[in-house]
Amino acid sequence: MSTHHTLLEVEHLTMRFGGLTALSDLSLNVAAGQITSIIGPNGAGKTTFFNCLTGFYKPTEGAVRMHHPQHGALLLNEMPSYHVARKAGVVRTFQNIRLFPNMTVLENLIVAQHNALQTASRFSLAGLFGRAGYKAARQQALEKAEMWLTRLKLLDLADTAAGNLSYGTQRRIEIARALCVDPLLICLDEPAAGLNPRESAELNELLVYLSREHGKGVLLIEHDMNVVMRVSDHICVLNFGNKIAEGTPQQIQQDPNVIKAYLGEEETDEKVAA
Amino acid sequence: MSAYVPVHQGPGFAARIKDALAVAMLSLMLGIPMIGLHTVDSGGALSIATRWPWLALFVGIMFGGRLAMQFALDHFKLNKARRAQKRPAVRATRPWLKWLGYAVLGFSLVLPIAFSGNRYVVDTATTVLIYVMLGWGLNVVVGLAGLLDLGYVAFYAVGAYTYGLLSTHFGWGFWQTLPVAGALAATFGIILGWPTLRLRGDYLAIVTLGFGEIIRLILVNWTDFSGGPNGIGQIPRPTFFGLPFSPDTDTPTFATFFHIEYAAEHRVIFLYYVILALALLTNLFVSRLRKLPVGIAWEAVREDEVACKALGMNVTNIKLSAFAIGAMLGGFAGVFFAARQGFISPESFVFSESATILAIVVLGGMGSQLGVVVAAILLVLLPELGRDFSEYRMLLFGAAMILIMVWRPGGLIASREPTVKLNKGAQA
Amino acid sequence: MGQLIQQLINGLTLGAVYGLIALGYTMVYGIIGMINFAHGDIYMVAAIMAVTVLTLLGAAGITAVPLALLITLVVVILFTAIYGWSVERVAYRPLRNAPRLAPLISAIGMSIFLQNMVQLTQGARVKPIHALLPGGFELGTIDGFTVHLAYTQIMIIVVTVALLVLFTWLITRTSFGRQQRACEQDRTMTALLGINVDRTISYTFMLGAGLAAVAGVMVTVYYGVVDFSIGFVAGIKAFTAAVLGGIGSLPGAMLGGLIIGMIESFWSAYLSPEYKDVATFVLLILVLMFRPSGLLGRPEVEKV
Repeated sequence: MSTHHTLLEVEHLTMRFGGLTALSDLSLNVAAGQITSIIGPNGAGKTTFFNCLTGFYKPTEGAVRMHHPQHGALLLNEMPSYHVARKAGVVRTFQNIRLFPNMTVLENLIVAQHNALQTASRFSLAGLFGRAGYKAARQQALEKAEMWLTRLKLLDLADTAAGNLSYGTQRRIEIARALCVDPLLICLDEPAAGLNPRESAELNELLVYLSREHGKGVLLIEHDMNVVMRVSDHICVLNFGNKIAEGTPQQIQQDPNVIKAYLGEEETDEKVAA
Repeated sequence: MSAYVPVHQGPGFAARIKDALAVAMLSLMLGIPMIGLHTVDSGGALSIATRWPWLALFVGIMFGGRLAMQFALDHFKLNKARRAQKRPAVRATRPWLKWLGYAVLGFSLVLPIAFSGNRYVVDTATTVLIYVMLGWGLNVVVGLAGLLDLGYVAFYAVGAYTYGLLSTHFGWGFWQTLPVAGALAATFGIILGWPTLRLRGDYLAIVTLGFGEIIRLILVNWTDFSGGPNGIGQIPRPTFFGLPFSPDTDTPTFATFFHIEYAAEHRVIFLYYVILALALLTNLFVSRLRKLPVGIAWEAVREDEVACKALGMNVTNIKLSAFAIGAMLGGFAGVFFAARQGFISPESFVFSESATILAIVVLGGMGSQLGVVVAAILLVLLPELGRDFSEYRMLLFGAAMILIMVWRPGGLIASREPTVKLNKGAQA
Repeated sequence: MGQLIQQLINGLTLGAVYGLIALGYTMVYGIIGMINFAHGDIYMVAAIMAVTVLTLLGAAGITAVPLALLITLVVVILFTAIYGWSVERVAYRPLRNAPRLAPLISAIGMSIFLQNMVQLTQGARVKPIHALLPGGFELGTIDGFTVHLAYTQIMIIVVTVALLVLFTWLITRTSFGRQQRACEQDRTMTALLGINVDRTISYTFMLGAGLAAVAGVMVTVYYGVVDFSIGFVAGIKAFTAAVLGGIGSLPGAMLGGLIIGMIESFWSAYLSPEYKDVATFVLLILVLMFRPSGLLGRPEVEKV
């Protein structure tokens, strides 16, 4: 474990909406090159946690610290949401897919490289006059997009409108788009939802590839235990905004608190297919 | 995704009649207080007048129209479910559109020569081109970036008054003023946009509407500055590289320089080519921008702001750039307008002007450059066809905006050309 | 001092009218999350209808003021509600699931259509009616300024307060109000519970139009002149009132209306009448910049 340095440190994170405490005193470390999963029944605060990480919500208390190899320690909770991806290299996907539906798959991936391209185009001036520097940057962007499209088996669909494709394909596009930002940490919100078993197996393989081969940190919210238990290095279980357990898949499967939260004494959650 | 369309027989004839009767009944209720009755001024006091035959005609048209529409919809199997699923996505590229574009361009280049004896035609074509340019400018804001700007005419006014004031007070020329006015309009765009662009779409719409009115009210009331309701007159016309168009022969003029007979048309034709050049430059500029990162980002912001933020894009700056560039183009058009008319007053910058430009963008197909041209030609030419038509102009614009949104949200020309394609490789 | 009190009374009256129109904005916004851009024009349609009905009643010899007023109110409310219904049916319902920009544009189209329709069918000239409720109380003379309280002003304030109470009751205490608030929260879920969402939205538009109709009738009686263009500026001001008070909140709309009315009245009296509209628009921009949730509204949490 010690070979994987800590990428993200979450300290005493609390998020309240009026009287409702969606997250309370959550602390968690996410390592580079590893897959960390957040699981928990519906309404446990998982997506709220993502929103706090990625600047969409300002947490009521606590800190989220990103250890960036170049920029040092960055406090994500004090950044505007677009800085989280741009400066800290933390990119997320959404539970209800958010693509640019009328744009082609390739355009979706090019948009993701906006910041690099915009700088290369000297805020459009070099671009307008077709300067060589910009052309090279553009070529690079296309190559990167092509690489991820190939890796995610989307190459044939590159020039079709993203909104017209099937659910499972749209999920893959969203992941490919996030990867085009070159994230250090990629946060996936239920990437396996709506996938068939074959697609789900491919997703597992991709997640392992990203963490092992590319050394990216992967943070995963997932209900599909087939995915979670097979690929996770580390699992954190949330229930009603509290962390009730943390550990390896084996530890989690045997944890009495987790079993109680999922199978419950009074309430059962049907969503969980263990 | 090919939409599944259930085989649809359509309701029976009786149901159709019943439906049309309901529409007729509704039309009757709507029509009684507006068409059936009206008040006329009879010697100081109002009295009631009736127009029952008109009302009957209106109700009849609504009944027949509804019936015909329903049958037509059945015929083309365009039922609601299918319409709802239709999106202006990428479709097969339509080569004829490109050819239509070239044809329009070619025609616009030879138009003043073809109609050289007809000043009216060239004048009208100049008006069309002003609207085309305004349409292209607003298209950046509404069509590409998806920001509803209801006060676009304010930037047009900024351009026009900049030239009006600089030329009459300080003797600035047309070409000198052009960049200054563009920059000033863009600055106004940024001043308005910076605090308001983070607002949601409908708030932004109403704030821009208010901004347009503020500019107009200031122009009306600040008489020392803008001449008030009387406006600014005797604005110098653009010269041909320093050569004025005038009948004098004492100083070198366009006519004396080229040793031709002075004719009033020369200026008209020159103005036409100036706005044509400005419009073509605008088109080139906007279509290049669209393929640059900033242009792709505009469209992405229109599609999903939240996703843009998650990808590290500064949404406010992206919107601001669209707003500023749209404003700048409006400012250019304003300078030309002032130079062409020689006279400007707040009358020219009212809300209905903003609405007309918006109608051009919406009708043409948001984001489509050629669509704007087609819509501008339609909207300028239709009122020219007759006085009756011009009275109904705004009414028809309003109705067209509703109908286009309901039936064909993509506008007249709804295809979207991707900004980049994989198989074609890199191209700027 | 006398003039101050007079402006207070005038501002209160004006504010009550803006408040009534603002209630319509706020209710429609509450249920569909969109501004009804044609609302100002609905108010104008009502004012024009009020002129027609009052002229008609005058011709028919019904001159007893309370009776004439009552008939006018009922008739205008009914016909205006039909207009409200039609606006929703034509410009909003077909676009329920369309991108946000589409219903906005169709509603602006509707606003342009209504204004020009009235101009064409009823004429562009100002329509004057003779005073229905002339006179009022003299409240006394302070610092050489006689303060007047017109009967029409009393009428407007009383009717407005009554309607505010009625609508607060309607929204918070009745089954319709519960359905309405349910649609506001989650339209899909409300539909799943067997509530006819389309109908609830239609009723809301009709109620909003009804309130605009009351405002239209009262303005006609109060000022004695209307024309086809009054909807545009009144619409923006009422919208500003709704936003200032916190859009979605009924008392907020009323409070916003009163503030706008006061600002306008005092601005005209003490500063420059030419810039009174500019003052409102600037206020609108400032409110949206610094407190978009308004005075009494709840802040919006961005749903991700």
